[in-house]
Amino acid sequence: MTVQSGPTGPRTAVLVPICIHNQVLLVLVIVAVISVALSGFVGAAPNRLVSGGPIPIWAATGALTTAGITVLGVALSATCLIPPSRLLHCAVAWVAAALLLLVLAAAGHAASLLVQGAKPSVRISLGPAFWVLAACAALAMGDALQRLEAGVTAQLVAVTGIALGAASLGAHGTLDALSLAQEFEMRRQVFADAVIRHITLVGVSVAVATMIGFPLGVAAVKRPSLQDPVFGVLNILQTIPSIALFGFLIVPLSALLAAVPRLGEYGVGGIGVTPAIIALVLYALLPVVRNTVVGLTGVDYAAVEAGRGMGMTPGQIFRGIELPLALPVLLAGLRIVTVQAIGLAVVAALIGAGGLGTFVFEGLGQYAVDLVLLGALPAIFLALAADFILQTLTALLRRHFAP
Amino acid sequence: MIEIDEVTKYYGDRRVVDSLSLAVPAGDFCVLLGSSGCGKSTTLKMINRLIAADAGQIRVAGKEIGTIPAEALRRRIGYVIQSIGLFPHWTVEDNVATVPRLLKWPRERRRDRVTELLEMLRLAPAVYRAKYPHQLSGGEQQRVGVARALAADPELLLMDEPFGAVDPVTRDDLQGELAGIHRATKKTIVFVTHDIEEALRLATHIAVMQNGGIAQLGSPLDILEHPASDFVADFIGRQGIGLKLLSVRKIADRMRAGETAEGEPLALDTSLRDALSAMTTRRTNRLAVCDAAGHRVGAIALADLVR
Repeated sequence: MTVQSGPTGPRTAVLVPICIHNQVLLVLVIVAVISVALSGFVGAAPNRLVSGGPIPIWAATGALTTAGITVLGVALSATCLIPPSRLLHCAVAWVAAALLLLVLAAAGHAASLLVQGAKPSVRISLGPAFWVLAACAALAMGDALQRLEAGVTAQLVAVTGIALGAASLGAHGTLDALSLAQEFEMRRQVFADAVIRHITLVGVSVAVATMIGFPLGVAAVKRPSLQDPVFGVLNILQTIPSIALFGFLIVPLSALLAAVPRLGEYGVGGIGVTPAIIALVLYALLPVVRNTVVGLTGVDYAAVEAGRGMGMTPGQIFRGIELPLALPVLLAGLRIVTVQAIGLAVVAALIGAGGLGTFVFEGLGQYAVDLVLLGALPAIFLALAADFILQTLTALLRRHFAP
Repeated sequence: MIEIDEVTKYYGDRRVVDSLSLAVPAGDFCVLLGSSGCGKSTTLKMINRLIAADAGQIRVAGKEIGTIPAEALRRRIGYVIQSIGLFPHWTVEDNVATVPRLLKWPRERRRDRVTELLEMLRLAPAVYRAKYPHQLSGGEQQRVGVARALAADPELLLMDEPFGAVDPVTRDDLQGELAGIHRATKKTIVFVTHDIEEALRLATHIAVMQNGGIAQLGSPLDILEHPASDFVADFIGRQGIGLKLLSVRKIADRMRAGETAEGEPLALDTSLRDALSAMTTRRTNRLAVCDAAGHRVGAIALADLVR
């Protein structure tokens, strides 16, 4: 075998018999192999309150599925040795996507095998090997897409493809025997309500934070003396731990309610949705204001001066030049705020605001990990989806902003 | 076209423009020449009200500028700055059409005007119209900047060190084109620079500025031959003054009409300095001269340069 030139250029001495072209992929494969060898793919427990005993992948899913996963894994590690090309990255993306869906199907398959003939109280949970395998497959796919320099459309197709695949597995009942699915099955309606409540909490608080924060940011840019006091207050707010802030709000809101009882008719209360939204807005203000200020002050001064010199009015300069040029930064702020609010809204369940956090805290109370996951996983997916959507939007806007 | 009357501007306690008076006739190419901090940029920016004067009057086309709304005034005056300031999110076409759009010209008229201007500045419209500023070189960007300033056919053009940030070769091209545009359109131009060669090449009048006032106002030849003070003499530089004089005189002034010479002819409006340079490189003491149409009309000899 000849020596290929590595990323550092051609080597003179023949020391390495083979050349690794994709170190990232190789590391992912190694990590996945180690986790599969050392930890359980699924766990089986006699009931939902005790943690399950680990079962390795080959014992859990049978020879055929294990062989399929092995073949895909070997295929991925083999591609590390081939010099990179668009075709190769494309192939890696497809193999990784297939692996991700196969791992998911394998977990469902394993669960359905294990519950056969067992007591109805038996719970099959997802083990560390599953999570690591799935994560490695997803990262391998993301890495391949990045190397392909895939555009917005390609990324959208990839993400939608995976989501549709997972959804069709769920629709076919492949995943039904998993304890996560059983927890979901018991709370179908409650779950749907919680997701909607979660999205509402985040949507309302981000909208309110934008409506307050954007004008505040613009004012701080036009009047720099405002910046110190505004950022001083917002920075202090940001340092208050979220649980404490939710707690702090109970006292003033209860007092307000006592003073103006009619507010109660509009749903205002010391606990529940009102303090949750107030707290989320307060946390969202700093990123919104900061990105507004950074975005607007980052606009090339020469463009503004030229606009002024050519007779644009201050309003025309703001709408036509400053705002569009700052927009990518403003959208980046919105992205940060949305993802942050999705996470923080989980904690808001503590003060009775509802949402996905309800499952998390209920699960923690019952020591039922699957119930915690039922709250945490959708929150993570919501955050990833929001991040992806806003990132796509930013990329599209950055590309074109004609007058 | 412009009358500046006893205008003063303070920055804090510092008097950056000190009761300055200057009249620029229509069609003039007036260069405000001076070192940094002499008040030349401030003076320029007071003409289109980007900076408000603290005392005195400025009239454009006979009208006191304070009586015209600032935006309306600026739309009548072309403005070019050193940092160019193209709008990075707009195409070349949209950039050039900025003022026509502000003036609500119909779409077809804007389009035709952009085509005309891009051709005038030697940017092929088909290639450049849809490009974005970041796809252009520095020189091309400033061409677009000049086209944008000329878009609404303003009576007056203000240029604040427009070629200060481009490389010497491009600067030379741009200066040549600006001189051509001035000859062709007879627009009044006020041009700020600290580059003496640039001022000598372009100006019909130079105002040498010192401490917020005008040290001398005159034609390039006047300033070189009769500097009004030691300051002006020092500023234009005593060294190489002979070459500078050659650079402001044209072959047309010294040509021997009807005589002939060998070799590629030079145009009538070539400077004597370029003629000397051509003689040196061609190792000859006689050059043929042609008119704008390319017909040979005479010759010039080395001795004519020093007459």
